[in-house]
Amino acid sequence: MNSSSIIRVEAVCKNFQVGDEIVKALKKVSFSIMAGEFVTLMGSSGSGKSTLLNILGCLDTPTSGDYYLDEISVKTIDKNQRATLRNRKIGFVFQSYNLLPKTTALENVEMPLFYNPTVSSSERKKRAMEVLDLVGLSERMYHHSNQMSGGQQQRVAIARALVNNPVLILADEATGNLDSRTSYEILSLFQNLHKQGRTIVFVTHNPEIASFSQRNIVLKDGHIVDDRMNPQVQSAADVLASLSIEE
Amino acid sequence: MRSFLTMLGIIIGITAVIVMISIGQGAKSSIKGEISLIGSNLINILPRSTDESGVTLGVSDMQSLKMTDCEALLQDTKYIRYASPYFSTSGQAIIGNRNIPTTIYGVNEDYLQIQGYEIAQGEMFTEESIAQIEKVCLLGESVVDDLFCGDKSAAIGSIIRFNNLPIRVIGVLKAKGSSAIGMNADDLIIAPYTTVQKRMMAINFLPMIVASGIGEEFSGNTVDEITAVLRQQHQLSPDMADDFEVMSMDELLDTIGQVMDTLTILLAAIACISLIVGGVGIMNIMYVSVTERTKEIGLRMSIGANPHQILMQFLIEAVMISVSGGVIGIISGIAINGIIALIMTMMGSSLSMIISVKSIIVAFFVCSLTGIFFGWYPAKKASNLNPIDALRYE
Repeated sequence: MNSSSIIRVEAVCKNFQVGDEIVKALKKVSFSIMAGEFVTLMGSSGSGKSTLLNILGCLDTPTSGDYYLDEISVKTIDKNQRATLRNRKIGFVFQSYNLLPKTTALENVEMPLFYNPTVSSSERKKRAMEVLDLVGLSERMYHHSNQMSGGQQQRVAIARALVNNPVLILADEATGNLDSRTSYEILSLFQNLHKQGRTIVFVTHNPEIASFSQRNIVLKDGHIVDDRMNPQVQSAADVLASLSIEE
Repeated sequence: MRSFLTMLGIIIGITAVIVMISIGQGAKSSIKGEISLIGSNLINILPRSTDESGVTLGVSDMQSLKMTDCEALLQDTKYIRYASPYFSTSGQAIIGNRNIPTTIYGVNEDYLQIQGYEIAQGEMFTEESIAQIEKVCLLGESVVDDLFCGDKSAAIGSIIRFNNLPIRVIGVLKAKGSSAIGMNADDLIIAPYTTVQKRMMAINFLPMIVASGIGEEFSGNTVDEITAVLRQQHQLSPDMADDFEVMSMDELLDTIGQVMDTLTILLAAIACISLIVGGVGIMNIMYVSVTERTKEIGLRMSIGANPHQILMQFLIEAVMISVSGGVIGIISGIAINGIIALIMTMMGSSLSMIISVKSIIVAFFVCSLTGIFFGWYPAKKASNLNPIDALRYE
């Protein structure tokens, strides 16, 4: 057992009952992700990546096999404990941002801290302001989501994912709803977070995204078909800069 | 706006509960007040048929009470303070060209203390007047107003006729007031009981004895003692039923109080029907809210809310709607009470509207319970959502 692994997946299978048929979405998937890695989890529609994402995010449990998050066996814990794990250990970033409407950026970012009883209300506000600053949105703290662009909303969502200082950031098609320029801005932000030591798993069907991460795992038909390090990681900031020059 | 419409059922329900309870408590207080005007320490002793013949006689025909009973009550008891024989007959009181229908009561000197009358002018008749069967009387203030235009001095010493019997006025009673249902305690004439018994009614039995005890707290003892003394006086053996009836106003007040309380509860329960309607409205809107916010619930679960926290969030929202509606209902209930009381005053009725703190507390409690009860199912539904499905919901 490697003591610095954040994610350890061991022969995980996930089956779904669809009428009389059993659909095997994941077939004995095994891999580990160490602390500080930036991994892209890729696959086309039906590859099982969404199922794997739900298991990695403790939203679902494997049919067989085991999943260890920060060395905690997710199979052995109950629903409430999984909720606590999601709160403290994982930061989700969704494709459609999933910010609460009629709520300020600050309040959206504070939300995970409401479910963390160890954090007082004054500490809550302080931490939320810090992470908003980290993603470059201090001046938009009191703006509502409908007053922000897609890119700004996704930054708020990333700040929300960071506020509880999780061991893992799980991004599900985080650039899927953004134009290419904004996508690079967000990818640049993820790369900065990675440089700061964050562990990031970026789930996507877009092969272009793979070049910006350190390691790529490819899923097909519920199996891992490829798992390799990226020899040349592209800098999203550089791509952004070149886009500016072209304009 | 949606929240207000949801609350409307609760607002109407609580307003109705507050007003109904207020009316009930007010009616109870008014009725008790009327009886207090008569004298809450009052005890009436009446003859009663023993039913042996199988024929029920009217009270006026029963003759089981005697003068010796009244004397025994005064001498042989420790819980009776005052006792008086009680004769009454209605008729016309006339002087000159003025006349008024009224009632004359034949009593002894204790009657003033029993009924709480005081003498405004003149004097009360004495034991000697009673013994001499003197044709003297005292007038209540309403009678003085009608026969002497309120001039008490003119009344004292004048001779009035009551059912053709001339009687001299020796005193005037102080006003005692009217009850809520218009019973005028000052519309009376009092005279020595022997005068009324022999000169007006020509009877030799006692229709009633009125008495008052030493204190309301001893009313039970007083009734028991009267019963024991009279049974002895009437030489009734243990197997024989009482040939008299002892009616304590205290017991009557308690019974009336209980009846009015039951009626109030019934009124409030009927008003609660609209609370049920309001609760169903809350349940409906919370159910819609859960459906509309499915994605939000999924999000909250993904960032760490457990099912219990989701349940509590929606349950608290339901209770907030219910309690807010309750507060508005309480305020509007108090306002409507004020309006009804004003209308009653303008109509000349002295029926009071009593807002009790207890009813407000009960209303608050009921609101909270309504919110919890009707908010439970939608909240439970929210907490049971699968976060994966909820996040995908469009």
